[in-house]
Amino acid sequence: MIQPMNLEQLQRTMAAAVMLPLTADELMQPTNSAGRPMTEVAAEFIQPNSRLTAFDRLEIYNRQYWFRLQSAFTEDFPALRAVVDPARFESLMNAYLAAHPSRSFTLRNLGSSLHAWLTANPRFAGPRFALAIDVTQVEWACVEAFDNAELTPLSLAAVAALGADSQLGLQPHVQLLALSYPADDFVLQMHQRQKRESSEAGTRTGDSAIHAVKRLRLSKKATWLAIHRADDSLYYKPLTRPEYQTLAALRSGTTLPEALQAGFAGLRIAAPRQVALVQQWFTNWAELGWLCTPLPEPFAS
Amino acid sequence: MAANRFNAFQTHGVGIGLRIPHYDHIFSHKPAVDWFEIISENYMVDGGRPLRMLDRIMDQYKVVQHGVSMYFGSSQAPDREHLRRLKTLVRRTRTPWLSDHLCWGSIDGTYSHDLLPLPYTWEAVEKTAARIRLVQDFLEIPVAVENVSSYAAFTDSQMTEWEFLNEVVERADCGILLDVNNIYVSSVNHDFDPIDYVNAIPAERVAQIHIAGHTRYEKYILDTHDHPVIEPVWQLYARAIERCGPTPTLLEWDDLIPTFDEVWAEARKAERYLKPLETPAEHQLLAGVAL
Ligand SMILES: [Fe+2]
Repeated sequence: MIQPMNLEQLQRTMAAAVMLPLTADELMQPTNSAGRPMTEVAAEFIQPNSRLTAFDRLEIYNRQYWFRLQSAFTEDFPALRAVVDPARFESLMNAYLAAHPSRSFTLRNLGSSLHAWLTANPRFAGPRFALAIDVTQVEWACVEAFDNAELTPLSLAAVAALGADSQLGLQPHVQLLALSYPADDFVLQMHQRQKRESSEAGTRTGDSAIHAVKRLRLSKKATWLAIHRADDSLYYKPLTRPEYQTLAALRSGTTLPEALQAGFAGLRIAAPRQVALVQQWFTNWAELGWLCTPLPEPFAS
Repeated sequence: MAANRFNAFQTHGVGIGLRIPHYDHIFSHKPAVDWFEIISENYMVDGGRPLRMLDRIMDQYKVVQHGVSMYFGSSQAPDREHLRRLKTLVRRTRTPWLSDHLCWGSIDGTYSHDLLPLPYTWEAVEKTAARIRLVQDFLEIPVAVENVSSYAAFTDSQMTEWEFLNEVVERADCGILLDVNNIYVSSVNHDFDPIDYVNAIPAERVAQIHIAGHTRYEKYILDTHDHPVIEPVWQLYARAIERCGPTPTLLEWDDLIPTFDEVWAEARKAERYLKPLETPAEHQLLAGVAL
């Protein structure tokens, strides 16, 4: 005689079944990861009816779970899908989602661990691994830049008035990227194509996009850029290496002098040129509204 | 309208769910929709276009929040970050009441993003009611719980779905968002008479009604919100209005979203049950569907 489960046990059991990866035919697997028949697992807590077995009923939720996550994930990474090719993308996506199910109340955060996961699991990216990694970073940066906070910006005068030991914050929507390919143009194209196609018919990047990617020949070239938001639209702004290094240091919480030191580290740039560059950068960043006071803890990312 | 303490004594008429593909039409045509329901989670963000669009909508329309991830029936405590963000949004929208589902969907910090059904047990009654109370106290506005469509029933269940709903709302002292499409879907999937459900709910607690379309498969119905409302669902709606009085009514259309005008025309069909009957033809129409 089976002991009835309490609510928490039942929910844990059902969640494990619902999140069990689907078969290649997108059906519920016949056995769970412990090798137990799913007919048995389902019958333990689900009542059949005259048309559906307990297995059938559980399978509806199992399929729904995966279809919902797959569709959200595919929508966030259309360029990655095109780079690794749709078939490989399916297995990449399913393996990633099995390793990193959603830990947030919103599907917006579904791809938050993808960069780290793909870096540790290169076989899922295939021969264009380095490009796939770049594209993943750019696409995730777009998610962050789209709706991260925009705090009150500091004017150039306010920045100039700060003491030497002051810390400067960077707007949370500003995303800094160091890439090995100039992948930004390509991702932008893919996203524009997706936008066009989803407003016309389907929601997935179509065949024409996949063909365009097959012809794509990108050469490696160290690329630094920022993805940021202005007037609710996303912009890609190319950065120089010292500019990127300075911004990255500021983001990590260093003081201004430390950030500048980090910015020019490893680069032979004469002091007067450095001064001119720094002036130019700060004017530019202040105009873009990128600088703010450092974030309180809950916002810091 | 049936204004009561569960909808903050508001008299909202017929509204539709706010969907992104309709933004342009709404801003350029300013249609005379009485109110919009927003999915809270879409706006629980720190900035950007979602909030800007919401503010523009709020300049011209009444907005009510509807959530999809509070999971009142989850056996564990709600996520504090979720509650904090939800309260921030409540302050922004000044939503008179807020709804979410009588279901569960997360365990041990992992989210299914689905509205999973609950076993209708006394343990689930107690836990769910306690959680609704906690959320209601934290948000400081009336909360309404919505009955979900379900595809599975549990061996442990000790009562019917409507008995379960009634026990929960009584103990939580909260409102009901009565989804008559969900009642219909579940009635087919679980072989009960949907009118028994509508007849059993405490009418005085109904804060709002949902209407929607669904997809019928050979062996079950899926709650897809991608079709017009079918006639048997209108009949349940008519009965609900008969019992509750004219109640804030909202059409949900979430997939294969047609033009704004089509969605709005479908929603406005509800008006024939809400307005006092004026012509003999209208009397005849309602006589044909009233139960
Ligand atoms: Fe609903």
